[in-house]
Amino acid sequence: MAALFGLLAAAATAQPPAGSARSTDPYPSTYRPRPSRTTVIRNATILTGAGPAIERGAILLRDGKVAEIGTSVTAPADAVVIDADGRWVTPGIIDTHSHLGVYPAPATDGVDDGNESTNPNTAEVWAEHSVWPQDPQFDLALMGGVTAMQILPGSANLFGGRSVTVKNVPSITEQGMKFPGAPYGLKMACGENPKRVYGSRNTAPRTRMGNVAGYRRAWIAATEYRNRLKRWKDEGSDPAKQPDRNLQLETLAGVLDGDILVHNHCYRADEMAVMIDLAKEFGYHIASFHHAVEAYKIRDLLKADGICASMWADWWGFKLEAYDGIRENIALVAAAGGCAIVHSDDANGIQRLNQEAAKALRAGREAGLKITEAEAVTWLSINPARALGIDKVTGSLERGKNADVVVWSANPFSVYAHADQVFIDGALLFDRRDPSPRPRRDFVVGLAPEEASR
Amino acid sequence: MKTAVLLWLAALAAVSPGTSGQAPAVRRRSAPPPAVATPAGDTIAIVGGRILPVSGPAIERGVVLIAGGKITAVGAAVEVPAGARVIDAAGRIVTPGLFASSTQLGIVEIPSSAEGTADQSTTDAGLGAAFDVADSFNAETTLIPVTRAEGITRALVTPSGSRVILGQAAVIDLSGEQAPEGITRAPAAMMAQLGEAGAAAGGGSRASAMLRLREALQDAADFARNRAAWNSAQRRPYAQGRLALEALAPVIRGELPLAVIANRASDLLAALRLADEFKLKLVLVGAAEGWKVADRIAAKHVPVVVKPLTDIPSFDAPGASLENAARLSKAGVRIVISSFETHNARNVRQEAGNAIANGLDRDAALRAVTLEPAEVWGVAARYGSIEAGKDADIVVWSGDPFELTTGPEHVFIRGREISPDTRQKQLLEKYR
Repeated sequence: MAALFGLLAAAATAQPPAGSARSTDPYPSTYRPRPSRTTVIRNATILTGAGPAIERGAILLRDGKVAEIGTSVTAPADAVVIDADGRWVTPGIIDTHSHLGVYPAPATDGVDDGNESTNPNTAEVWAEHSVWPQDPQFDLALMGGVTAMQILPGSANLFGGRSVTVKNVPSITEQGMKFPGAPYGLKMACGENPKRVYGSRNTAPRTRMGNVAGYRRAWIAATEYRNRLKRWKDEGSDPAKQPDRNLQLETLAGVLDGDILVHNHCYRADEMAVMIDLAKEFGYHIASFHHAVEAYKIRDLLKADGICASMWADWWGFKLEAYDGIRENIALVAAAGGCAIVHSDDANGIQRLNQEAAKALRAGREAGLKITEAEAVTWLSINPARALGIDKVTGSLERGKNADVVVWSANPFSVYAHADQVFIDGALLFDRRDPSPRPRRDFVVGLAPEEASR
Repeated sequence: MKTAVLLWLAALAAVSPGTSGQAPAVRRRSAPPPAVATPAGDTIAIVGGRILPVSGPAIERGVVLIAGGKITAVGAAVEVPAGARVIDAAGRIVTPGLFASSTQLGIVEIPSSAEGTADQSTTDAGLGAAFDVADSFNAETTLIPVTRAEGITRALVTPSGSRVILGQAAVIDLSGEQAPEGITRAPAAMMAQLGEAGAAAGGGSRASAMLRLREALQDAADFARNRAAWNSAQRRPYAQGRLALEALAPVIRGELPLAVIANRASDLLAALRLADEFKLKLVLVGAAEGWKVADRIAAKHVPVVVKPLTDIPSFDAPGASLENAARLSKAGVRIVISSFETHNARNVRQEAGNAIANGLDRDAALRAVTLEPAEVWGVAARYGSIEAGKDADIVVWSGDPFELTTGPEHVFIRGREISPDTRQKQLLEKYR
């Protein structure tokens, strides 16, 4: 009895006071950089994500950061020296649109945790509570040079829930992957998916106008919720008068506060334009449209409003709203001065985002656009970092930024290029030339033969 | 053959980005192709390119002559007839048109949310094996120009759906001509699925799916032997209707390939046993764990259609590996490479490139998207290599055909040069 009382007491004191760090960040990141050694990579073609290529360049990684970069660096005596010997170096690839962990391998009902398709508004769910850190697809993505990704809920709902941005490191807990300081995202979805999922159940929304009515209703409620909270704070935050907490509205209010970034699944140009007006009506900003197969038709609008477009290189036609997809989409958005991003939305595609970028690069060049490899690499690095709100610390190889680095066996826009080495915060997470067994997620242990995982 | 490989490698090093630090070159088209397809009657000479005939060693600075829709000559010392249209292929690579071996080209426009445009499966369970994609084929789909612009000139069009026996597949060309001209061979294979997908479609278990497939084959064999008795209602009832039994007759005779989709090693071996039992001409499709039983597949001379970029472990294929294609090939298995996509059937090039990056021999990769599928699907007399007498399906590439930053400069299908225009190009022009 005494023990039980003790537990209850502990539970009571564990309740965080309103406004504490714990209440605004109840599932905090426990990520710690892996041990790293001071490393120099030299004789490399370096695509920095922040300017022109550096031929025969060098980069010094120290204490998890990019310490120096240029045509030469001062190598400390104790540094590990990698002679890239003509190989290529890029920032770690960042995917703005992944479902790893929420749609893990094996793709079975038991772990089908990506779409809370039970209500058109599930802004209250958080993707991180579905992420299975033992998804072996994380390891495959690492072998493709992916160092960070945003994991999103699916697109069945108008409001799918919160996303989470993670570092692509092995971890027993999701909190151990969580990118420190990265803002949350809110997944919204336009078009066919919500109207199909709910319309087929004869519930709202059944049409695109029903979709928009659903967004507006939710934003009106969020605005009222936010005003209520503000009034309460203005009047002295009396705990006795604290408004009831509402998880769904809390996330939407977080968007209106500018703390949570909107990631909006939307294919058609006309629908994206409506979503831009919707954002203005309620006073928030869209960080990125996702899929955006018709971004090329409104690239001026995207540029004017500073909205990124996360796109596929060549997916098209699998449904009517994807019928107008063209391979020049990414290059056209980039050429208009917009924030062009190559995303995957796919557990295969995330392993080869460099190849997707190569296809987009080719399409752009054949359309007469002048695009350098240095520019194309921004579609995989600094632009996605910007859309995720982590561009101050990663996404380009610049002094002081996180040492998230990939050494490629060849030009990364070649089909024959492999990621030879992948560093996250200066720590070597993957080395293709290392014969010792690779880190393997628990699911494949004793199930998949080791020789399969290469 | 070894020499051919080395020569090709050397040539590729010269035109592909390789590891030298140079950017992959994107060349502009050497000459704008005509907006209207070249009449099949004219003689065309493709001159000066590095020809990879697939059926033989590479030919340096060779000549390919095309007339009447056919390849009339190929070699290093072929005289170009006066009046021929000459295409300068110097510094370019010339290959047969590529083959996409698992598509729904011509039977699907938009698979979701555009009802009426997708004919790849049927809800009429009674049709069974008789379901024939050739009857749905529409050459005027926007997908065909998009696909052929990437150098794919022939494709296997397959039925899909939730049945153990899916129906009959056909080989089409991508000329844009309707049936019968646009159909190269129908039926070209009978499609079926075992493993996880077969179980889901056939009674909830791998065993129930296998039993239904065996029953269908037994019935078809019995029907073929006792047709007269069946017609006078003096034969036991069969689980399938007449149309399905007749469609299975060439499968039972070992003439029409039975192409079985399966991935797990145990399912592949089950399919091999089935083929032994009924003396079938078997093709394995998918075969993600093929490498585990490669020796046994090779011993049976059974060809395998693989998607090289299959590496995500599942309970249906925990051993999925990027090296599957290379390991199968090294074990002596005949491999066909496909992207298993329809709108992006064109990505068969990327699949082949990745197979090479993961250990597959370059010659084997090219063969796996040309002559091997031609032989497996029974159209090698007409297509699959650059040999005199075959249909002139020829592609002139700006560089390595499997690189991501290269592309076709000229595409010929049955001797006609194909316009690179597509619906997508028209959208580009409208919005650029």
